[in-house]
Amino acid sequence: SDSKVMTCAAVWRMPKELESGSHESPDDSSSNTQTLELLCHLDNTAHGNMACVMWEPMGDGKKIISLADNNILLWDLQESSAKAVLSSSAALEGKGQLKFTSGRWSPHHNCTQIATANDTTVRGWDTRSMRQIYCIENAHGHLVRDLDFNPNKQYYLASCGDDCKVKFWDTRNATEPVKTLEEHSHWVWNVRYNHSHDQLILTGSSDSRVILSNMVSISSEPFGHMVDDDELSDQEDQHQEEKVKEPLQDSVIATYEEHEDSVYAVEWSSADPWLFASLSYDGRLVINRVPRALKYHILL
Amino acid sequence: MAAVEPEGSGAGYSPGGGGGGSSGGWRRPHGPLQRYYDPSAAEAEAAPDPTDINGPHFDPEVFLTKIRSECPLGQLLAREAALGREIRALDSDMQTLLYENYNKFISATDTIRKMKVDFRRMEAEMDDLAANMEAISTSSARVSAALQDRHRRGAQLAGVQALLRKLQSLVEVPGRLRRWTAPGGEPARALRCHARARAVLRHYRHLPSFRAIEDESQAIMAGLAQRLRARLRCETLEPKELTECVEMLLQLEEPPEELCGEFLSQAHTRLEAELVALEAELPPTDSPSCTTTPPPASDILDFVDRGSSAFVGTLCLLAASYRSLFEGHPGAGDGRLEAFAAALTARYFELLERRLALERGLGDTSLLVRALDRFHRRLRALLELLPAAGAEAGASLVARAARERVDRYLRALQTFFLGCLGDVRQALAAPRPPGKEGPGLPDLLATLASSVLGQLKAVLAYVQLFTARDVAFASLPYFKGEFCVEAVREGLVVAFVRWLCCTARGFADGPAERGAPVAPPALLLLLARLCLDYEATTISYILTLTDEQFPPPDSGPAVTPGPSLCAEARGAAQRLLDHYVQVQGAAVAQMLRKSVETRDWLGTVEPRNVRAVMKRVVEDITAIDVQVGQLFEEGVRRAQSSDSSRRAFSVYSSSRAPGRYAPSYTPSAPMDTHLLSNIQKLFSERIDIFSPVEFNKVSVLTGIIKISLKTLLECVRLRTLGRFGLQQVQVDGHYLQLYLWRFAADERVVQGLLDEVATSAAHRCLDPVPMEHSVVELICERG
Repeated sequence: SDSKVMTCAAVWRMPKELESGSHESPDDSSSNTQTLELLCHLDNTAHGNMACVMWEPMGDGKKIISLADNNILLWDLQESSAKAVLSSSAALEGKGQLKFTSGRWSPHHNCTQIATANDTTVRGWDTRSMRQIYCIENAHGHLVRDLDFNPNKQYYLASCGDDCKVKFWDTRNATEPVKTLEEHSHWVWNVRYNHSHDQLILTGSSDSRVILSNMVSISSEPFGHMVDDDELSDQEDQHQEEKVKEPLQDSVIATYEEHEDSVYAVEWSSADPWLFASLSYDGRLVINRVPRALKYHILL
Repeated sequence: MAAVEPEGSGAGYSPGGGGGGSSGGWRRPHGPLQRYYDPSAAEAEAAPDPTDINGPHFDPEVFLTKIRSECPLGQLLAREAALGREIRALDSDMQTLLYENYNKFISATDTIRKMKVDFRRMEAEMDDLAANMEAISTSSARVSAALQDRHRRGAQLAGVQALLRKLQSLVEVPGRLRRWTAPGGEPARALRCHARARAVLRHYRHLPSFRAIEDESQAIMAGLAQRLRARLRCETLEPKELTECVEMLLQLEEPPEELCGEFLSQAHTRLEAELVALEAELPPTDSPSCTTTPPPASDILDFVDRGSSAFVGTLCLLAASYRSLFEGHPGAGDGRLEAFAAALTARYFELLERRLALERGLGDTSLLVRALDRFHRRLRALLELLPAAGAEAGASLVARAARERVDRYLRALQTFFLGCLGDVRQALAAPRPPGKEGPGLPDLLATLASSVLGQLKAVLAYVQLFTARDVAFASLPYFKGEFCVEAVREGLVVAFVRWLCCTARGFADGPAERGAPVAPPALLLLLARLCLDYEATTISYILTLTDEQFPPPDSGPAVTPGPSLCAEARGAAQRLLDHYVQVQGAAVAQMLRKSVETRDWLGTVEPRNVRAVMKRVVEDITAIDVQVGQLFEEGVRRAQSSDSSRRAFSVYSSSRAPGRYAPSYTPSAPMDTHLLSNIQKLFSERIDIFSPVEFNKVSVLTGIIKISLKTLLECVRLRTLGRFGLQQVQVDGHYLQLYLWRFAADERVVQGLLDEVATSAAHRCLDPVPMEHSVVELICERG
């Protein structure tokens, strides 16, 4: 039917050459486009539009959760991913038409928790019972656009939304955010923790900006990188002292304005913790590095 | 006679020049006398007239010459005759005088001779007399020698009699004492009497009889002392009686230390009774619900009046008598009295403080001020007597009460402001009958501002009572300096303005976050304007007023400067206005979002009308325009192009041929236009959507429109459109363009955003065939 648009989800396999990360010359890639190999569809005819799909963070890649309208669907991939079987599901009931906008699978607690966003509310779910475990009502003034779990610190969750804010939550206390960032001048579409240095927060917004923030105070390394005194020579000792003097403060590290249109996706590189990419509506993909000074500051 | 003549001529008139020399010698001693007694002669001498026959400078030659030359013959003759007559008369006079003198001399000689004889006789009599006198004196000595013994005995007898009289009175002492010390008698006289007798009695106590008297009187006095003591102990005495009593006891040589203790304890009982009477008026401290206690029966002035007249008055009296009684007595040093008074005044202060705490409402400040004034005056009187009886505590009590009152005024002001805000909210929320406008925003603002300012002024006037010239405690250093600066200026005025800004800001910051009741947008706008007005004029006015009424000391503590308050107010205004823009923008945006999200853009039919929601958006924005226009100035608009409303609403051409370099994510957009739009964007300014706005209508409206259109853009990008869907977007966009450009500061912003909407819609369109521009215009004009 032409008159109906349906968002679907499928499992694909990346081409082998790309996966292995072979060092081919870059100009080959445009002429030699690889196609993805379709493995299976996630059948959502009964559940509505797919809003979000997530892999189990630590598992063997056999489990997928997808959010479709007001349903949470847990899929098992079987027969070497050729078939996706719905293993369990839960539906969000309530007044009006509830629709999930986004979700995230927590890497903590043995991967038994996920967080979902619908309208202005953030909810946490237990994947074993498929029951709600916490709920942050009115997490944002308007729609919540994205969520991310702190990879190194349990219970810590970042959310962003249409009120131009990024909020950091401790899911054990759903009443007040731990911290709020108000740097963007339009909706924030994406928020991402750096995988290894969780004080680095990347946000992308429809004000065409990408902002890299340093949230030291609520990171897993609030006092900076710990270095044993023995390892330091005298000179380094002095250096260390200087560093101790300047207090570690939450700050915006950089605002990237390379994009001309709304930025809809930002992501850290899974290989290099100092590398990240952002994608905007006009098709511009920008890859940036964390500033060298900051990198050394964190490492040393 | 011949001998006399020259003399006579010398004395009067010398007819011839021969007698001139002798006459001058005779006259000489008389000259000065005469001159002395006769000033006229002196004058004549001053102007010597040689023709004056009686004058001293008479010159016969000149006289004769003058007479001869001046007088006729007849006169000369008459003159001559007259002169001759005079001379003769003088001659006879002279002879008479001489004779008389001689006679007297003779008689004087006789008398002297007689006297000589008489004296000789008298000398003998005198010798006689001396002998007699001697005889008299010897006999007199004999007589007195004879009498001396008797005289001495007489004197001795008189002494004995006086002594006996004294003894008599001494003997009578016990009786008198008994009479006077009897109940109802005059103990004071008894004391005087005893005091007189005591020394003597003590002196002669080795004599048995005296000792008896002494013992008896002492017993009597001991009885008196006992009675007095008993009285002191058990009766409640008036302060005066108490003083008398103790005074008497002192005179009875009771140990002063003990008496001092008795006095104080008696005074304590008395004062305690006063305090208890005062306390009876207060509700018990331990009553759990202070709020339900009934209002005190008497007002604070009455309470303080009674407290000061009863307690402080009595204390003053007692302290004064204590001083006079125990002055110089060791062991009754000042320390005891001070401690005693300090303890009692502390209790009194505590009571008063409790009473003050009951003054919960605002009540009558003048009453409070008068009460405090009276308290302070009485206390000052007490302090002059007892400098250590808690001057600090009293002053600080007054200061605390004043401070408390100021704080209460601050709270009252805050409540008043909240009440005003409530009224405004009600006025805003009240349903208005169609066709009849309620009170406009400017009216509401004016009412709010003026009533708040009026209330503030009234409060300042009330507070000024504390520093009035006729109030005694206003001269305390606290009320001169700290009170003006810290309590009134900082604690009341600055705190109120701060609180006002903070409250206003709270409407922007707080509720929208966590689902609390949201302030209506009009209220935000009103408060923004209010804060802005405060920043512009009101704050400086209020501060000037305060500084006039409460002049700060020259070297006082630092005060909050006006500019920093103004900055706060401006910050609040900015925050409120930004929030207003966000709220209104979000409302419009929500409408647009719902309209985009709920529509089936694929299966829609060919557009014939502008969608109703767009009309609604235009209406809403027009309404907002009116609303903002009521309170804010127009603001500057960027110069408009001549043909703004007629501008074609661009949509990319429908050519679907994919360019060779066309990236896969924009399958429907040809490369050239895409590149063009990107290049255009490079040169256009980046638009910050939720950016702070300026304080004018255009800026506010621009902000709202930006938010709305950006939302439309983002929502359209999330949809997939069919051909007619695209065309509908085109029509809607043109309609918005047509009606919204005039609200925005820079119409290019509107254009740019609407262009992007159209571009995005075209990107998201499965079959991007745009509508003919003329048709679009036609539909928009018809709608």
